Amino acid sequence: MTRKQRRLILIGGSIGVLGLAIGLVLNALSGSIVFFNSPTDIKEKQIAAGTRVRIGGLVKDGSVQRGDNLRIRFEVTDGKNDVPVKFQGIVPDLFREGQGVVAEGKLEPGGILDADTVLAKHDERYMPKEVVDALKKSGRWEESEGRLAGGKTP
Amino acid sequence: MIPELGHYALVLALGLGLIQSVAPIVGAKTRDAALMRLATSTALMQFVLVALSFAALVTCYVTSDFSVKTVFENSHSLMPLIYKFTSVWGNHEGSMLLWVLILSLFGAFVAAFGTNLPATLKAHVLAVQSWIAVAFYLFILLTSNPFLRLVQPPIEGRDLNPILQDLGLAIHPPLLYLGYVGFSISFSFAIAALIEGRIDAAWARWVRPWTLMAWMALTVGIAMGSYWAYYTLGWGGFWFWDPVENASLMPWLAGTALLHSAVVMEKRNALKVWTILLAILTFSLSLIGTFLVRSGVLTSVHSFANDPARGVFILGILVLFIGGGLSLFAWRSSTLKQGGLFAPISREGSLVFNNLFLTTACLTVFVGTLYPLALEALTGSKISVGGPFFNLTFGPLFVALMFAMPFGPLLAWKRGDLLGVAQRLMTAFAVGLVAVAAAFAIKGRGSVLAPFGVGLAFYVMMGAIVDLVERTGLMRLPMATVRTRALGLPRSAWGTAVAHFGIAVSMLGIISAGTWGTERIVAVNPGQTVSLSGYDLTFDGVIERTGPNYNAQVAMFTVREGGVVLGVMEPSKRNFSARATSTNEAALMARGAGQLYLSLGDSNKDGSIAIRLYYKPLVMLIWLGALVMMFGGALSLSDRRLRVGAPKPAARSVLQPAE
Repeated sequence: MTRKQRRLILIGGSIGVLGLAIGLVLNALSGSIVFFNSPTDIKEKQIAAGTRVRIGGLVKDGSVQRGDNLRIRFEVTDGKNDVPVKFQGIVPDLFREGQGVVAEGKLEPGGILDADTVLAKHDERYMPKEVVDALKKSGRWEESEGRLAGGKTP
Repeated sequence: MIPELGHYALVLALGLGLIQSVAPIVGAKTRDAALMRLATSTALMQFVLVALSFAALVTCYVTSDFSVKTVFENSHSLMPLIYKFTSVWGNHEGSMLLWVLILSLFGAFVAAFGTNLPATLKAHVLAVQSWIAVAFYLFILLTSNPFLRLVQPPIEGRDLNPILQDLGLAIHPPLLYLGYVGFSISFSFAIAALIEGRIDAAWARWVRPWTLMAWMALTVGIAMGSYWAYYTLGWGGFWFWDPVENASLMPWLAGTALLHSAVVMEKRNALKVWTILLAILTFSLSLIGTFLVRSGVLTSVHSFANDPARGVFILGILVLFIGGGLSLFAWRSSTLKQGGLFAPISREGSLVFNNLFLTTACLTVFVGTLYPLALEALTGSKISVGGPFFNLTFGPLFVALMFAMPFGPLLAWKRGDLLGVAQRLMTAFAVGLVAVAAAFAIKGRGSVLAPFGVGLAFYVMMGAIVDLVERTGLMRLPMATVRTRALGLPRSAWGTAVAHFGIAVSMLGIISAGTWGTERIVAVNPGQTVSLSGYDLTFDGVIERTGPNYNAQVAMFTVREGGVVLGVMEPSKRNFSARATSTNEAALMARGAGQLYLSLGDSNKDGSIAIRLYYKPLVMLIWLGALVMMFGGALSLSDRRLRVGAPKPAARSVLQPAE
């Protein structure tokens, strides 16, 4: 084999692997990413039932209902609109009414979010960025409410 | 007084850094041996000064001097001494000081141990190292001064974020930084080679130990971070594909590729340009990791503070070094002579394969990490890219890599015999197939792919053993000969086999814990028993305990297996009054290489308490595998050829300064 042929094999191989990777990435991006929405987005965008979404906002005061087997229902609000959420499992330690929360799951017919993940803020200084943005969008955010710092997202 | 001394020492280090950035290069240009030698002294002195500065900060923390702003914000007089010490880097300012401490430490290492380096190369390497140091000294002094004083010193501090009050903080960040910053040496060597326009096999021999050292530290650093997240976050996950985690995984992948390509360059004098590029890219990814974590682009437990000025400054450093490095590469790489022909099927070819897949896998992680940020910046829509994305992209690439792994060490240099190697790997294939069958038989449920993953892991482990058996002639030759051959085998060959074995061990743990782990999330009342995977846990009740700076509610669970008491698990919740926060302390119980994992949720009004109970078979293998990999690296590092150093070509001795 000449030097040229070897180089061709090398370059061909690299392009092949790179192509494979691009294919994998595009395939994965179309199927496995989740869009983040505020409750107002959910109302306005008319998102189809069955879609996976992530929503952020505050747990609405007086909305938390606990059932058997660690079932819980609550509403996430950005001050303008609310989205009902149901969840089974253990909610984070700092999950409270009036506190910031991020929920991820499938949107059911009737606009209820069947969440499989509920994240809350981790300490008194930290508010999930997504929640802040959702509140800012609806005009309910005041800088004095809290500054962003610390706290692991999950 | 002490904080001012620390501040002053850092300013002095900056001054020395500036001198070291210029003088050695001028010296190399004008063949002035004294100027070149100056770099050795300044590099050592820089380390002494930064160490003084760091010691000053440590003193402030240990003595709880709350007149210093960062101490006030991140410490508390009641904290145990170990946390007072570790909270030095449990915040942005202090962690950047740790970063430059390690940076100057590596600079001092090169200065002290690089006695067999050609004088000009050493001068250039130390100068480049100093450019990086200067950039980070400036960053600290201008935007993140840890020594700032408060005008009115408070009596008590605000305490360290309770999540960080853990032994993990003593281990994880220093190791991770040793890894990140260690790659700066390979970067400096690469830039120095580009400046000189000359590179040879000896260069690779000088670079490899530094890369290996950084790689070992990074491997264990990542594993420790993963274990810390596992036991601290309370839901038993060990890897979340969180951007901050990916930020450390990317340099690891690129660094692993660099380790392998440097072998080709050292042994065969080929892949020179590529190795240089990889060295630049690896450190660039370390810098990008620092940027992602430190700039506040991402919110996580790692981003301590959110100051736009800092983000912009780090971005500036990023652009300067990555852009500068790559431009220099584009400009000068053509001056490097190519060498070493090899057939596609050969040891070199297999290492190219390794590099191709590692860098591509790194690229997919890069896309998955930065795409959401880019999309948000461009269109404003927010997405989260999580586990499923990486399983679909990173997963297949890594499987291909693992499959090819045992072939590499068995192939000959220059031209290999693929069929012959496949025949020699028959035992490994057989072991893999048996493992697949066994996995199907023992564990019926879960993903169909998982047993194949188990088979792949066993195949790689056996492949590593086959490699050693082949090299020592075990089974074929008399024992005495085997002994001499085993002793004569280079340590790096042992290192390769051990490290490859280690990654398979980790893989086995990941598959087993991820696929066959069981969980129960229930609310229990005192006296009630919960069963999972053959273990019965009886809830005995809650007791109160007082720690140095917290109160804890400890739930007591008696664990039985088949009626036999195994012990008590004590998951707890700690309430830290200083920050009005609580942390969740999971209880772990080792069962072989697996673990029972118990963490607490909310207590209800009726006296019941919610618990998360997991059984994770073989989970410990994930982190043990990383330790095995590190051990492989250490074996390789102790190889004679790396210790003795490369012989100096006679022609170059003309350029040596008279000593």
